[in-house]
Amino acid sequence: MRFIDPHIHCISRTTDDYENMAAAGIVAVIEPAFWLGQPRTSVGSFVDYFATLVGWERFRASQFGIRHYCAIGLNSKEANDEALAEQVIDLLPRYLYKDGVVALGEIGYDDQTEAEDKYFRAQLELVKDTDLPVMIHTPHRDKKRGTIRSMDVIEEHGIDPSRVVIDHNNEETVQDVKDRGFWAGFTIYPKTKMGNERMVEVVKRFGPERIIVDSSADWGKSDPLAVPKTARLMLERGVSEADMKTVTYDNALAVYGQSGQIREADWADAPGIDQRQLFEGNSVLRGQEPQVAEGLIE
Amino acid sequence: MRPRRQELLQALQDAATPEAMAWLVESATPDEARMFRAFSSAPRHFPHEPIGYGSWTQAEAARVELLLAYSGTDADSYVVTCDRLCQAADVRELVAFYKALPLLPWPDRHALRAAEGVRSNITDVFCAVAHDNPYPSEHFDDVAWNTMVLKALFIGVELAPIVGLDERANPALMRMLCDYAHERWAAGRTVSPELWRCVGPCADDAAIADLERVIATGTPEEKEAAERALASRKES
Repeated sequence: MRFIDPHIHCISRTTDDYENMAAAGIVAVIEPAFWLGQPRTSVGSFVDYFATLVGWERFRASQFGIRHYCAIGLNSKEANDEALAEQVIDLLPRYLYKDGVVALGEIGYDDQTEAEDKYFRAQLELVKDTDLPVMIHTPHRDKKRGTIRSMDVIEEHGIDPSRVVIDHNNEETVQDVKDRGFWAGFTIYPKTKMGNERMVEVVKRFGPERIIVDSSADWGKSDPLAVPKTARLMLERGVSEADMKTVTYDNALAVYGQSGQIREADWADAPGIDQRQLFEGNSVLRGQEPQVAEGLIE
Repeated sequence: MRPRRQELLQALQDAATPEAMAWLVESATPDEARMFRAFSSAPRHFPHEPIGYGSWTQAEAARVELLLAYSGTDADSYVVTCDRLCQAADVRELVAFYKALPLLPWPDRHALRAAEGVRSNITDVFCAVAHDNPYPSEHFDDVAWNTMVLKALFIGVELAPIVGLDERANPALMRMLCDYAHERWAAGRTVSPELWRCVGPCADDAAIADLERVIATGTPEEKEAAERALASRKES
């Protein structure tokens, strides 16, 4: 089985994580630009961060046989530093049209302040006349209102919901998101977001259409194997293999594939992925069968 | 092989679609921001496919043409533009840029940038400077040159494609490489037979002892390399 984790912050993960992800069948990841757990104080930090996303992290993932893509944007938390936010917005066009940049993101609201609203809208304007998908971070607090407000603003800016992923959904938000034609991302994250048993029930209740499972694994307590673990639990609990594949692989490929920057052929037709780029030719996957990860994430 | 702009452009034209070539002509610009945008989005028109000219791909050749068409007005501002381009470049953009080094205007002004490429731990970026590229042998001082050769061994890429490998042999490099071989031996690791090629021309007594040790105890491939190195030794 092959999986895509369409939301993971690899810069915070170790090489052990990459090995385990590859062994569990993850073939591609999407790393959206976010904050680093503490605010950056100068635009140069963003320049270096974006360079990492399109350069070093892409190479690091390739060493483990994993294709790395990214989304570029100004996150909502740091949008509140307006002097810095202005400079970051000016940087974005340098990155949005590079190879492997599959979306603008993750953007949206955190505390739903005026500044967050201003830079959310400014970024939507940057891509409204393109085909570039958008990845939306929905707030932890006042989530339902923040989710609906995000969708209202996206529609107001004339962006087609079919190229927008609303992420970090729960049972309370998913129906609205699906009804309005957006894609609904679910982050399997211990304690604060979704557990994977709840996720299985969501797929059974709402159907697999336009639902996407991700790990959002980062610098906090999180699990880079959330997607394969949830996939396994789905099969154990009676979700069909086809439906499981839809939410752990096909849907992510369909929505982000609209960028033209992520294709199944990138890994399916690439025997010994990026062998050329491997230090001393070592591939962690050589001669190994992918293993399926197990475990509950509560 | 030293790339030539006209040959590269001709090979690109033979491989690419007329629509893509029209886009390239339209996109040639003296405006830095527009050049950056075109440089990044070039693969949307020119795929990453070989054009039968050296190891160049369509996207690389198109990017180089954009960079040369931009050219700038003076050396200082051109170097600043190159720095800004590299600062925000993805892996393939860096590869295209470094492969273009021998074609850039004001060639003397890019040695620091080239040395920065050699510092990269991304194998493809390192190789874009080090392999099949005449720029290092023509513009690196011995310190930068020796750093590049030792690092090639360290990250496990071949020495043979380095242009000027024999001509640039020097005593400091010979000593660094022999020390490196001793470190590897002490750790029970193997040493690339290619290493001896850069030791031979300047071998001192200690290096000759190392070569004789390899001839006595090495694999057939190592023995052959060490024998060739001894034969290449310049009598002082």
